[in-house]
Parts: sequence; C-alpha cells; structure tokens
Amino acid sequence: MSPRPNSCISAVIALVVVLAGTLATAPAAFADEKPLRTVEVADPYLEMHTGPGKGYPITNVVERGESVQIVRRKTDWFKVRTDRGREGWVNIVQLELTLDEFGERTAIERIGRDEFLQTRWETGIMTGDFAGSDALAVYGGYSISRNLSVEVWGSQLVGNFSNGWLGTVNVVHETFPEWRVSPYFTIGTGVVSTSPKSTLVAQEDRTDQVALVGGGFRAYVTRRFVLRAEYKSYVVLTSRDENEEVEEWKVGFGFFF
Amino acid sequence: MESRLRFLFLSVAVLAMPALTGCSSLPFFGQGEDTEVADAPEQVIEPEVERREIVQPKIDTEDFEIGVYAGGMSVEDFGVNAVYGATIAYHLNEALFVEGAIGRTDTEETSFELLSGAAQILNDDEREFTYYNASIGWNIFPGEAFFGPGRAFNQSFYVIAGLGSTRFGGDDLFTINLGAGYRLLFNDVFALRVDFRDHAFDTDLLGESKTAHNLTGHVGFTFFF
Repeated sequence: MSPRPNSCISAVIALVVVLAGTLATAPAAFADEKPLRTVEVADPYLEMHTGPGKGYPITNVVERGESVQIVRRKTDWFKVRTDRGREGWVNIVQLELTLDEFGERTAIERIGRDEFLQTRWETGIMTGDFAGSDALAVYGGYSISRNLSVEVWGSQLVGNFSNGWLGTVNVVHETFPEWRVSPYFTIGTGVVSTSPKSTLVAQEDRTDQVALVGGGFRAYVTRRFVLRAEYKSYVVLTSRDENEEVEEWKVGFGFFF
Repeated sequence: MESRLRFLFLSVAVLAMPALTGCSSLPFFGQGEDTEVADAPEQVIEPEVERREIVQPKIDTEDFEIGVYAGGMSVEDFGVNAVYGATIAYHLNEALFVEGAIGRTDTEETSFELLSGAAQILNDDEREFTYYNASIGWNIFPGEAFFGPGRAFNQSFYVIAGLGSTRFGGDDLFTINLGAGYRLLFNDVFALRVDFRDHAFDTDLLGESKTAHNLTGHVGFTFFF
C-alpha cells in the first residue's frame, strides 16, 4: 500500500553500491609505499596479535635481533610487518622495549598529562540541568596562559514547557592546573533565547542577555580526555521589572589538542 | 707627586672601563687569556661531515572513524521509514570510543489520521524527524570472522549509549539512545557496521505524556583515519 518500506531497502542498497565502489578502488590509492619506521626487537620475543586489542589472539612472535617495520597505529596498538612479510599488532608497552636505528629505546608519541598541561585548545560536550530543563552543551576553549583561558559555549535547552538556546563567552581561571583534579572558576556573559512549546498556549519567544558566575572541576583521564563537572549561576537580564536567577549543573568530557 | 697622580688616574680609568664599555671582564686579564689561546694548535683540516637531519617516518594513526548509514526507523505511532545519517567517532583505546551522530527520517500518518481521513496532527515540516546525539561505545567480544579457508576479517560487537536531541512534531526533545552493534573490518581502514538503537524521549504530542521508543536498525560503512 505504501512505498515506504521499499525506500528503506533501496536506501541501504544505494549506500552499499556506492561504498563498494569506493572500497574496490581504495587499495590502489593506498598502494604507494611510504617509508616506514624500522625497529629491532630487544626483548626475547615480540608478540603479534591478529588485531589491535588484547582480546585478539597472538599468532606470531618475532625473536630478539630481528627487525620489524611499523605500518600503522590504532590507539595504543601498532601494526608491524616482519622481514618475512608477516603482519600483526603489537601493544605500545612491548613496542617501547624495541630499539631504533641508533640502538636506543624506541620513542613513541604518547599523549599524557604533560601534553595536557601544555595544550592550548580544548573542546567538549556536557549535559545537565538548566533551571529544570535538560541542557546539551558544546564548548571550545583557548588557553591564554597556564591558568587563564577563554571559552565559548553553546547549549540547547530542552524543557517541559519551553525550549531554547544559550550562547556564552566565559573567562576561566584554573587555579592549580597541575593537580589531577583541578578546580576552576569562571565568569561570563551571553544570550539566552527561549520559546514556549507548541502544545502550550501561545507565548512570545524571548531573547535576553545573561551574566554568569560559576566553578567546577577538571580531571585528566587518559590520552586526550578530561572529565568536567561544573556549576554556573546565571542572572537573566529580562525586560521585565525583575531579573531572573537560574542555576545550572553539568557533567561531561573534554578533548584537548 | 706626579707619579701618584698618574697612578690615581690610571686606576680610575681601569676601574671605569668595564662599566663604560659594558664589558664584564677586565681588559688586562682578557689580554692574558688571548695569548694562551694563540699557543693552542691550529685546526688544519675542517671536518666535512654534515650533520644529518634524521626525520623518522611518521606513524599513520587511525583513531578517528567517520561513516554514513542507512536503514529503517520505527517512530512510535508514526510508522516505519527509511532513516539515513552520518557518524564520527574517536577511539580512546581498544575498548572505548566516543561517537557523534546525526540522522533523519520522514514519518507517516498515524493510524488515527489514516482512518479519520481528514484530521492532520502534523504538517509536512513537523513530520520530519531529525536527531543528533553523542554516545560512548564499548567494544566487546573482539575476534575474527572467517570467509573461506584463506581469509579472516577482524570484528567486534559493541554496546553504545548516549544523549542527544530530537526535532519532531515542532518540538525539541531530550533523547536518550541505547543499543548495540557489530563492526566488521574489511581491512585496517574500511569497516561495515550494523547497528540497532533505541531513541527514547518523553512526548505529549498525542495528548498524554509518555515515553516514546523509536527503534532503529541501520547498516553503515565507516572509514578510519
């Protein structure tokens, strides 16, 4: 009766056809050989897994003195190729025990706390409660110094009675950036726009200026990630006689680069 | 008397010199050092070894995964329709990844609208169902899938959950998504994904407030970079 289920299937088929085409031509594009890093095995054995994870079985080992080429990296796993052309995945812990061309321990780029402290850009997403509404927020920040940064926030507010948007610019002071869980304080200003839900009696959309003060904690987790939790108190500068005060709680994670 | 005056002026001159010229060491001591250096054997042959800049080849990392998907989505009360969208993921480690997704589908008329003939609950714009979300996925049961005797592909199941927002029926709805999927890697960079997800939100679109569950099943291809 309805053509819809067919359109479902045809959408999937179209996707498969297009991507199968890409897939077929792809190996040629990747075929040009780039120079690869070569390392020498210094431990008794280098264990090669079938995939990039502990769960994949070890099917090959490379003995001490032999060398392998590093083909690619996925998270903390490295695909290596032996002189005999065998390929497998090696964990970073084992790879760091190999020797480079100077006979020194292979240096692998690890993203850790030091990079986190030196980094300038950070972006992330957070979620929580804004005056009874659910808030979904995205932010981007730039560090001016070790303690001071500027952040731009955009939030979508989804409530029972009204929906809205909130955009703010904040100055953030992180008092002890070297602490694993480090507190910060923030002040900022911005704009909040609310529109009542369509199912309710018609009310006018409103756009008001806001000023905010708040604080929170940042905790370094792993690699490029930080966890964040924060509280902000807003003053909505309405056109009516009284200003509104709004509280916001959020948790989320950030990604620095 | 004269020699005493000369001595006085000389000492003043000697002491003032470093200050005037900005030189930190006394010139007399400096001269002594120079004569010692002149005695040192001269370097006859300049070594012509150029310092080699060794640039180690960069290791290709593949922690990001982007993809597109298409499938079917059952929007509660509004029929099953084609859904399509795109994803981007970052793999934290072998087990965890974070993913952002967008998608859209068009919905049909409810049974009530079909039976009554004329009554329309939503207009065409409101019938469009779009969503975005951010989720955390956990790869479980890693392993290999064997295609014939000489071919093996890596695979894993994953469970995934997250938060987001849905635009439907002229309203924005805070949406929780929960599901599981399967990823089959053809090589190190291309993968096939099959994903089943429930997008749940609270709505009062049909009068009374309830939690609507919108089940989605889709197939997608992803590319690691």
